[in-house]
Amino acid sequence: MSTVDLDRFQFGMTSIYHFLFVPVTIGLAVLTAVLHTAWYRRRDDGYLRLTRFFGTLLVINIAVGVVTGLVQEFQFGMNWADYSRFVGDVFGAPLAIEGLAAFFLESTFLGLWLFGWGRLSPRVHLVTIWMVAFGALLSAAFIMAANSWMQHPVGYQLSDGRAELTSIGAVLTNPVFLWAYTHVVLASLVTGATVMLAVSAWHLLRRSDADLFGRTARISLAVLIPGALAAMIIGSELGVVVTKYQPMKIAASEAQWQTCQPCSFSLFQIGGGNRDETPTKVIQIPHLLSLLATNHWNGQVQGLNDLNAQYQQQYGPNDYVPNVFVQYWSMRSMAYTAGLLFLLALWGGWLLRRKRIFESRWFNRLAIWAVLLPFVMNTAGWMLTENGRQPWIVQGLMRTSDGTSPSVGTATVVTSIVTFGALYVVLGVVAWGLMVRYARRPLGPVEPVAEPDERRPQVATY
Amino acid sequence: MDFALVWFTLVTLLWTGFFVLEGFDFGVGMLHGLVGRTDAERGLAIGSVGPLWDGNEVWLIVAGASMFAAFPGWYATMFSAFYPALILLLVALIVRGVAFEYRGHRDSPRWRRNWSILLTAGSLLAPLLIGVALGGLLRGVPIDSSQEFTGGLVDLLTPYGLYVGLTVTVLAALHGSTFLALKVDDPVRARAHVLSRVLAPVAAALVLGFVVWTQSLASGWFPGVVPILAAVGVIAAVVLVGPRREAWRFVATAVALGGTVATLFVQLYPRVMVSSTNSAFDLTVQNTSSSPYALKVMTVVAAVFLPLVLLYQGWSYYVFRRRLTLADVGGGL
Repeated sequence: MSTVDLDRFQFGMTSIYHFLFVPVTIGLAVLTAVLHTAWYRRRDDGYLRLTRFFGTLLVINIAVGVVTGLVQEFQFGMNWADYSRFVGDVFGAPLAIEGLAAFFLESTFLGLWLFGWGRLSPRVHLVTIWMVAFGALLSAAFIMAANSWMQHPVGYQLSDGRAELTSIGAVLTNPVFLWAYTHVVLASLVTGATVMLAVSAWHLLRRSDADLFGRTARISLAVLIPGALAAMIIGSELGVVVTKYQPMKIAASEAQWQTCQPCSFSLFQIGGGNRDETPTKVIQIPHLLSLLATNHWNGQVQGLNDLNAQYQQQYGPNDYVPNVFVQYWSMRSMAYTAGLLFLLALWGGWLLRRKRIFESRWFNRLAIWAVLLPFVMNTAGWMLTENGRQPWIVQGLMRTSDGTSPSVGTATVVTSIVTFGALYVVLGVVAWGLMVRYARRPLGPVEPVAEPDERRPQVATY
Repeated sequence: MDFALVWFTLVTLLWTGFFVLEGFDFGVGMLHGLVGRTDAERGLAIGSVGPLWDGNEVWLIVAGASMFAAFPGWYATMFSAFYPALILLLVALIVRGVAFEYRGHRDSPRWRRNWSILLTAGSLLAPLLIGVALGGLLRGVPIDSSQEFTGGLVDLLTPYGLYVGLTVTVLAALHGSTFLALKVDDPVRARAHVLSRVLAPVAAALVLGFVVWTQSLASGWFPGVVPILAAVGVIAAVVLVGPRREAWRFVATAVALGGTVATLFVQLYPRVMVSSTNSAFDLTVQNTSSSPYALKVMTVVAAVFLPLVLLYQGWSYYVFRRRLTLADVGGGL
């Protein structure tokens, strides 16, 4: 394997792993803040117990999310030094702002929330968990701004062999950024809500604290129904924007080798690997692809062959077609799991209205297993967007193969892949073990929160 | 306005701030097994940094990201050159971070002991490796005319770099002990005092050696204000013994550690990485920095957010200012 392939593999591996934990953090931070707010407003001890319960799950998850994020920041310089030199002027800024504006906020206020029970006034204490949620949401914004610039570079000029920032406003109003960020936020809320629903369902099945977990089932469904629907709608709009700026990505996602107008959407395909240009498409829905890609009934979608020829004229001889098999199945894995979650949520909503959510063993069993779906969905989404940009690391400006670190050899990269791989596997097992352990616990007893007292020091959790 | 100089200063302040703050987290992590004989005592030691360590670590993230944004050439060469050291550093930081959070989540003594070992190891390795890397910037590693590292693993382990790593690690341990003496009660407090008394002279010797050795890499015989301050700080830490001097002693170790780290950057300027191959190949502030517009945008951002960060981080330190006792251990979420 070449260094580029190894670098790509490592970046994919570490990013996917990091993004297993990030949406849970964002989603559960918001939901925990909601629970804490409910306790603050109603003074109902049940909500206090639920806040502490889901707060514990949030913290177990954040720990791995934070440490795996360190690897992400370092990796640009370590494995992609030429890329860093080329884009640092533009790309570095959002990353630095992410740290300054978001990470400081999230980390400082997390400490304040965790250790502030009885130490801060109830109102201030409530604000701290909302600051954590806000910090998490804000950090996602800046990283998405950076990634969106890679997909559709704006606000820059080429000078001295590198990209130089000419307008931070353009970078922050990049249409790809605006839609992609909204999409990621919704996906995170869906993820957090699914986790909350799964945990609630587990307790409902066992009739443990059923009344209280019925509340969180209701909250999670209230988020999941509109959230999953919105995620799909926003995702579709994002697709229209991407068709405009990265038509190769969209064509590959549909295994659309020939230009079409109008275009059908195929639900499945048989074959399609290894540059197979004539896979067997199963269940084709006429006009649907035109609608999804262009918002028009008879919209045109350029085919891979036409685009490849066009790019060879524009950029020189090369193969500009990404891995179509990965694209096709990433897109569908993402969309279909989102659809499944939406249907599950609708079912749950219906059961809630009929006040039958406590009795339905089938729903609750499925809801528990459904916890796996958002992780498939999120991973597929990232594979779709990153793989679809290949062979570019910055669309139209820099090839992935030109972005690696010249001074780093394959042996070194293999070392880091093996090291991080092993560490991540162990961490994942430990984190999963803790999550399951705490998710299955009954709710803690009512531990009243003392009024903040100057003479009473903080309570330490260690 | 020389934005490149502004950002070099900011990067220096961020690295210095990181060591002054996370430095005592490293120290507490290294020493918690020594100052705490029982599980409750160890929990007390760790609990002293519980609400603070995560926010402190962000200084490292921002230091790195600021290098990327303001001096992409420096970030790229340094991080790719020190790749093997950074693998280890990341492992140390990951393991340490998770240890902080997970150690208390189960009651099993074996669970806690394993995480304690990882916490100690990570807290020791991290400052050591960062010190080796920062020292290597000043001492120089093989870099060619296109700003590319041309050496191997051996070139990263320079005697000077290793010495700097050792110095900041001992300083971090000392800083952790003075922090503990300030933040927790007996018996951990008393043991922290003992450790301070042992570590301070060792740190002092190392820092004085550091000042001399660093000066030998520079021109002239008189070290500047910053190294002198570091020396004064560490000597003060030796001298300021006793329960009524705890706050001042902590300030002294902060100055010592901060001054040591800042010295590296002050001596570097206007270079950012020295090339041991040829000084014409040095990476400098000028040949690695971002464009004026980007630096200006970043300066505005920093001007807005840094004071804000100092404000609310400072406030969190104020909220958790009480001295902790064994009665505080346990409970929580």
